[in-house]
Amino acid sequence: MATNEHGSSDVVPVTPSSGAVVGTGVVPADAFENPGLPPHRPRVTDLDPKKKKRAARFIVAMFWLSVLGSVSAIFAYMFYPIEDGSISSVRLNTLFVGLSIALSLLAIGIAAVHWGKAVMADKEGVDERHPVRGTAATRSRAVEIFKEADEESGFSRRTLIRGGLIASLVAFPLPAIALFRGLAPMDVDPNTELKHTMWKKGLRLTQDPTGTPIKAADVTIGSAFQVIPEGLVDLPEHEKLDAKAKAAVLLVRLKPEDLHWTSKERESWSYDGIVAYSKICTHVGCPVALYEQQTHHLLCPCHQSQFDIANECKVIFGPAARPLPQLPITVDSEGYLVATSDFTQPVGPSFWERSTTCASHPHHRKRVSSHLHRTTWMSAPAFQAPSRSSVARSSPTTGRSSSVR
Amino acid sequence: MTPVEYAGSYVPLRGVEMSAAMSSTLDISFDIRGGLLMRQIHHWAALLFVAAIGLHMLRVFFTGAFRKPRELNWAIGFVLFVLAMAEGFTGYSLPDDLLSGNGLRIIDGMLNAVPVVGTWITFLLFGGEFPGNDIVGRLYTLHILLLPAMVLIFIVLHLMFVVIHKHTQYPGPGKTEQNVVGYPVLPVYAAKAGGFFFLVFGVVALIAATVTINPIWNYGPYDPSPVSAGTQPDWYIGFADGALRLMPPGLETVWLGYTWSWNILIPMLVLVVFLLLAFIYPYVEAWVTGDKREHHLLDRPRNAPVRTAIGAAGVTFYAVLWAGASSDIIATHFKVTMEGVINTLQALLILGPVIAFMITKRVCLALQKKDREMVLHGFETGRIVRLPGGEFVEVHEQLDEYTRWQLVSFNDNAPLQLKPNPLGKITASARFRVAMSRFFFEDRIAPVSTKEYQAALEHSSH
Amino acid sequence: MNRQNRKTGRRSPVASVALLLVGLLATGGAYAAFTASTASASVDLSSPEVINQGQKLFAANCATCHGQQAQGTQNGPSLIGVGAASVDFQVGTGRMPMQASGPQAPSKPVQFEDAQIKALAAYVASLAPGPAIPSESQISGGDVAAGGELFRINCAMCHNVAGAGGALTEGKYAPVLKGVAPVHVYEAMLTGPQNMPAFNDLNLTPEDKQNIIAYLQYNEQNPSAGGLELGSLGPVSEGLFLWIFGLGGIVALTVWITAKSN
Repeated sequence: MATNEHGSSDVVPVTPSSGAVVGTGVVPADAFENPGLPPHRPRVTDLDPKKKKRAARFIVAMFWLSVLGSVSAIFAYMFYPIEDGSISSVRLNTLFVGLSIALSLLAIGIAAVHWGKAVMADKEGVDERHPVRGTAATRSRAVEIFKEADEESGFSRRTLIRGGLIASLVAFPLPAIALFRGLAPMDVDPNTELKHTMWKKGLRLTQDPTGTPIKAADVTIGSAFQVIPEGLVDLPEHEKLDAKAKAAVLLVRLKPEDLHWTSKERESWSYDGIVAYSKICTHVGCPVALYEQQTHHLLCPCHQSQFDIANECKVIFGPAARPLPQLPITVDSEGYLVATSDFTQPVGPSFWERSTTCASHPHHRKRVSSHLHRTTWMSAPAFQAPSRSSVARSSPTTGRSSSVR
Repeated sequence: MTPVEYAGSYVPLRGVEMSAAMSSTLDISFDIRGGLLMRQIHHWAALLFVAAIGLHMLRVFFTGAFRKPRELNWAIGFVLFVLAMAEGFTGYSLPDDLLSGNGLRIIDGMLNAVPVVGTWITFLLFGGEFPGNDIVGRLYTLHILLLPAMVLIFIVLHLMFVVIHKHTQYPGPGKTEQNVVGYPVLPVYAAKAGGFFFLVFGVVALIAATVTINPIWNYGPYDPSPVSAGTQPDWYIGFADGALRLMPPGLETVWLGYTWSWNILIPMLVLVVFLLLAFIYPYVEAWVTGDKREHHLLDRPRNAPVRTAIGAAGVTFYAVLWAGASSDIIATHFKVTMEGVINTLQALLILGPVIAFMITKRVCLALQKKDREMVLHGFETGRIVRLPGGEFVEVHEQLDEYTRWQLVSFNDNAPLQLKPNPLGKITASARFRVAMSRFFFEDRIAPVSTKEYQAALEHSSH
Repeated sequence: MNRQNRKTGRRSPVASVALLLVGLLATGGAYAAFTASTASASVDLSSPEVINQGQKLFAANCATCHGQQAQGTQNGPSLIGVGAASVDFQVGTGRMPMQASGPQAPSKPVQFEDAQIKALAAYVASLAPGPAIPSESQISGGDVAAGGELFRINCAMCHNVAGAGGALTEGKYAPVLKGVAPVHVYEAMLTGPQNMPAFNDLNLTPEDKQNIIAYLQYNEQNPSAGGLELGSLGPVSEGLFLWIFGLGGIVALTVWITAKSN
């Protein structure tokens, strides 16, 4: 099969006794013989009974040290209580109970290992292996059994029965899979949810977390405001974070001449150099809040995507693929900053149906919970044509949802 | 996940609204004696768990312990590796703190990018929009019931196979493919293994008593608005986070009216393929070698140069991805730019494994050559002798037969030869296989044979 | 030792040591006495003498980059209107005078005494109205929990939840907050040094700032209940620690277990 380094072809394609195929393995005929187990080298503890006694005493000491550790752990638990408001009391409790437990465990371990190594009989054993592979007789009998079962049942022959079996076995778990639809509300369409936020015309920009409205004059050059929509703090508890996860906004002010716009329309979304951008990173959704006052760069700390505020938040570094959406703003009659509409594109990370628009879909009520559509339980909009008319059927008059359960 | 107002011992969060999950974790930490200790032991142990599995996996790989009859056990072990990572991830997300909450946000963003079904997957997973009120409770069931059950089942299977196949052993005098030499389980091995359990537990307890881990009181409750500089997952998820960070900007297209987020899909694909390759490696190697013998004696890594080099390349790839996850911290600590760090890692991701492969393979072959030299010419004793003619020589002493056995007893492999099959054809698959076997075994150092040894002895005795 | 040979008085071997000690104490004490800083004494920032002193210091140390009238040059921005707070922060943390002009001004050993810093501040404040140095009551007291919430929302994304600092773009960074004096924290929030945003009193009210300072002080005075903090950098340092000390230690133990008993 192969020659050795010195060119002589003394390599014979041998089939080892197990009958297994050797493949690329080389089984040379003139290999060395296994010399057998080396002579037993007695341990120090076997040669010198004093050393063995010392080892034994050490082991005993270790075990009792462990007992000491366990007892002191209990004492530490009792004598290092936690005092209300005192962090150092927690620290001390953790430290002393922990160290005592560590001592008790480590000591057992050291004692047991040393016992096994130095004191227990130093006798290595030799066990014979049996081949894992079955004997030829067993293997052929097994093949025979399956062949007989096949003949007697007619499994290979009766294709219709076989087909029916396979079809029914594939189908029977499907209802269980269907039940998983119940993991989320039946009457909500995820794609529409993702495409809209709480923002709408006239909603004031307010401070996170208090909800205090922000005047345009408050926003000085070089400042950064963390913004949430007016009304978010008044949402029911279970909806607050859901709304915030799409509606969080960063508000900064640049000199108007430092802002570069691709269109007059985009420029009209700012107000005298004040711009508002979605804080939800278009990469995978972390809040993009690191604002560098001098460079006008926004940095997302999760995966280091960078956006340039002076250039409509386009991506200048990092894995993000799209600029941050801009919230169109203006001021109301009292000088407070307000949104003029919702974002004109979905905020946050991309998703499959992102570019399909809900063109025929009317714009939304304030409350997220009323934003419901009658859909069939599994209408996957991805398979529908982009026109949304079949989906847009929220009840306009009552403002309440007609939910499908 | 009903919001509660925290009313416990920790002053900086008193009165803050948070989920019951976070509040209860704070109670465990600050109002129950030993609670923080238990939390820290649990979390440190989780980090060690995955590290130990990884180290074990590397040992099995580099010694070839995955060869027949243990391919299935490798697969089971690999599943355990993935389960351990899942356990860790679900576990650290339970306190619903800012750091792990942002991790869940990232998962939500990643899954959303999956074509066709992405938005439905996240919708069903989170029970509605992100973050919803259901996710922590669901992860809880996974973490304490479903995943541990699976881990238990797979560990039982894993150990069952170890008992059936018996453990592998390092080659050595007296050890053959047909025997197992060593201390019996009772009493010596049980003492050592039992002791090891206590030692590991003790080390974890020692670290947990003295070093802080996952200080959720600093992170505060999850809220989609704040975020911490230095947001990383636990180390074993680092390779996935790094893969996301190392993508260049702008990789997204709109095609056929739908959004293809290549910046998410490519990392996900790379990770899946990487794990898959590791998973199927035993079967790949078995196919390439065609070796259907059972192997119970381990390989010294140097004696399987290409396998070891492939392993080194894989480890390098993983390590670069892992380093990517801490790119911002590398930047602040070594006072370099994060852009520089990321660009360097991007280059290393491609070049690193190639370089690691080449260097490792050459090192293995060189070590094998050295072993060969030792057998043929003996080892240097350090005794210098002056010959009558004035020449200085160092006296070499031949190895004793036991040490020599260690150096000559390894498996040798040679590339397959191209042969027509019974139908007289050479298939493409056969060509590929021969090419692969050449890649693996073309550069080889054969073990010293008795003939060569005799020849060397005769030559040295002049 | 022979009694007759023992030296006494000025010839004693101990004498030279004693002389050295006396010399050191004398010169050290004199130095300390003559350079005693008047940090605790409050300086009147509107006093013409102080402003004059400040102007002289400014001309000698700042004008090269900031212009003789603080109007700014190519190397440094105008300081007109930055207020006493900016000067107290920048000079008080050693950031100014900068070693080299650039976007990042790392804090370094303070170059001036407090009285001189106040003088500089007074001079710059006299040029145009600007943010003032906060009073003692503005930087003490405060609600720790409210401060924590504000810190996480407004500061943690750059400075890290535990104030351990963080990376910014192109090699810049937000520094560690541990060990920063409360007055400097207030001033930094108010004036927005270098690339840090400026948090005016309508964004973070003085009470908000007070609360944030209280939160930071609480964390500094109460080290982590869990033990060593490893720089409060989170999973990166925890993972590194585990691989080196945790796994490393256990591998060492494994080597011991599997070695033959000698």
